[in-house]
Amino acid sequence: MKSALVARLRQGHRTLDYPAGKVELPSRFRGMPALDASRCPEGCGVCTRACPTGAIGQPLRIDLGKCLFCPACAGACPEQAISFGRDHRLAVRERADLSVGAGDGPRLARALDLEATRLFGRSLKLRQVSAGGCGACEAELVALGNVVFDLGRFGVQFVASPRHADGLVVTGPVSQNMRSALLETFDAIPAPRIVIAVGACALSGGPFAGSAVCEGGVPPEIPVDLFVPGCPPHPLTVLDGLLRLLGRI
Amino acid sequence: MTPARASVARPRPSIPATENPKVVRLGSLPLGDVEGLRRDVIDRCKEGARLVALFVPPRATELVAVVARDDCADIAIQRAALAGPSYPALSSELPAAQAFEREILEVHGVRPEGHPWLKPLRRHDAHPFFQVDGPGIHEVAVGPVHAGIIEPGHFRFQCAGEKVLHLEIQLGYQHRGVERLMLSSSPARRIAIAEAIAGDTTIGHAIAHAAAVEALGAGELPLHAQAVRAVALELERLANHVGDLGALCNDVGYLPGASWLGRLRGEMLNALLVLSGNRFGRGLIRVGGVRFDLDSGQKRELAARLAEVERDLDAIVELVLDTPSVASRFEGTGVVSREIAEALGLVGPVARASGCDRDVRRDHPAGLYRFAQVPVAVTESGDVMARALVRALEIKRSLEFVHDQLREQPEGPARSRQLALEPTPARPDRLVVSLVEGWRGEIAHVAMTDADGAIAAYQIVDPSLHNWLGLAMALRDGEISDFPLCNKSFNLSYAGHDL
Ligand code: SF4
Repeated sequence: MKSALVARLRQGHRTLDYPAGKVELPSRFRGMPALDASRCPEGCGVCTRACPTGAIGQPLRIDLGKCLFCPACAGACPEQAISFGRDHRLAVRERADLSVGAGDGPRLARALDLEATRLFGRSLKLRQVSAGGCGACEAELVALGNVVFDLGRFGVQFVASPRHADGLVVTGPVSQNMRSALLETFDAIPAPRIVIAVGACALSGGPFAGSAVCEGGVPPEIPVDLFVPGCPPHPLTVLDGLLRLLGRI
Repeated sequence: MTPARASVARPRPSIPATENPKVVRLGSLPLGDVEGLRRDVIDRCKEGARLVALFVPPRATELVAVVARDDCADIAIQRAALAGPSYPALSSELPAAQAFEREILEVHGVRPEGHPWLKPLRRHDAHPFFQVDGPGIHEVAVGPVHAGIIEPGHFRFQCAGEKVLHLEIQLGYQHRGVERLMLSSSPARRIAIAEAIAGDTTIGHAIAHAAAVEALGAGELPLHAQAVRAVALELERLANHVGDLGALCNDVGYLPGASWLGRLRGEMLNALLVLSGNRFGRGLIRVGGVRFDLDSGQKRELAARLAEVERDLDAIVELVLDTPSVASRFEGTGVVSREIAEALGLVGPVARASGCDRDVRRDHPAGLYRFAQVPVAVTESGDVMARALVRALEIKRSLEFVHDQLREQPEGPARSRQLALEPTPARPDRLVVSLVEGWRGEIAHVAMTDADGAIAAYQIVDPSLHNWLGLAMALRDGEISDFPLCNKSFNLSYAGHDL
């Protein structure tokens, strides 16, 4: 018992001062990309060819919905036209907002409408479905519940039944074998409900785009309210998106 | 934690032979007949070898078996021509072949005659569940969608009261067609796919893939890049083992341990973030090298972070394993005997907890493990406690290993060190076997090239493929309420199994 108390004392208080405090992620962390198309030599396209998922178009543009933040493009570019900054705020409300061009900054997620923020703003229960996810996005969602991120202090909680939920969090490229379970879970959540798609796979199929046995992300029957890019997204990227959606930032 | 509870593993021979990755010319592997392959593989396994992989390449004209002898660093490869739509199953005498042969039927329609349980591995058709009949027998069905944030799978229990007579595990929900994608994808896409085979094993699978492709091109990786890879692989092991101990605490209601270890797991992921810019190490391993260096600043930061974690970790792990309420739930729960572990060909900490002395890092060392050893942790009791103890020991040893590497890597400007080799095209008509001891156990990637040097077959074996049946056996005659705890003590990958 004594050693348990000593261990507890040593732990101290570990919860991040977020969103009030400033977060500093390590220098190699890859967040919001910065593109400088003026450096692109005529007809170059090296980055487009280097990209594993076809996320880069010309003139220089990155679809963050497809991007794995790997960063093959930044390494391949002979002119340093692509760099990844440390801004973790990447979640958006519209799929089109994930397309980043030269000079674009983050397009922060808008809050839900007033009625929805009144309903969910202080208590949001979510059901998670992994539909072909590799386990990394899922692990980061679990990490949101640990003492560092402590999602519960914002009134957000993952629940065991869709009947108890206000919304759905989808990960994975949506394998054929999970398609019906995903749709049934969505249908079982009472309206009004929100849907959050987390990770490159759920947004576009990610590295599995084009697979004959996957949907290539959340199917059109399920309308998405928040798109969280990354492979996997940092827990703070998810948290930032959630809190903005609820009008808490 | 009392070290006396763990026995000493077999020492490694002083000069390890290096046959991993093993590349052979297809021409040097004559196509035998299936009966000969079958006998030979079964006999070898009776004499102490293990089945690493058994598969049919895409054109479905041959059967390929990979068998490893761990005590003499030997990897044997055999090919046999398939004469018709069926062949005599190996599984009837070699249970470790069961999943491989179910896959062969499912993917190629080639029937392993005499297989005791030809249920599709990943496809969901009308194949019935095994059922027990009798008075008072009832059935419990769980999944595919579970309570909590976890991948999908279906568990079907046949129970007499609380007692589990039989557990059938039906997977395949996460099937993404990984092996087919590997054939049709560009090299850049392949490594990205390898990183996402099983999310928590990003580094392990990426190294297995990269090493296979490098060996096909006859490249020798720069030593410094090998060191960065080994550090990343051990950090991945640390994150997962620490997380698993925390999850075990959670399942027996020891919440202080769960929350402290949950945080320390995050610190390990943050160490990978410092090294690679991603908490799972995505983007670090590339074919031909690594994308990021350990420069002196990075090394200092990592060493300081790990030292702090280590201090907390030692105290907490000891506290957890010595807490009577935890020990009484861990001890004697979910026992897998050594015989069962051997018969099913279990791998990784789960096998080592049942007394199987095997670890790719020692037995088939590749990369930096040829020069730097991590002692192997083995215990005998085969219960949840044993699986926790093996993890606790491996945490200690991986931390020591990483510290050594951080100390031993020469200081100097990052640019002066070689991080990658020039790409060389894959040699034609070759077969390569690449083994990595991931945190969950042996990862095997087997690839074949055609006459043009293009990859014509790609077979992936995640340790989970071997180990899921071990979980079913751990539950046999146990209490159904012990399922979550047993499941955590295995912590297998659904995605890695389903591919
Ligand atoms: S960082 Fe994104 S855009 Fe750049 S190569 Fe990788 S996946 Fe493509």
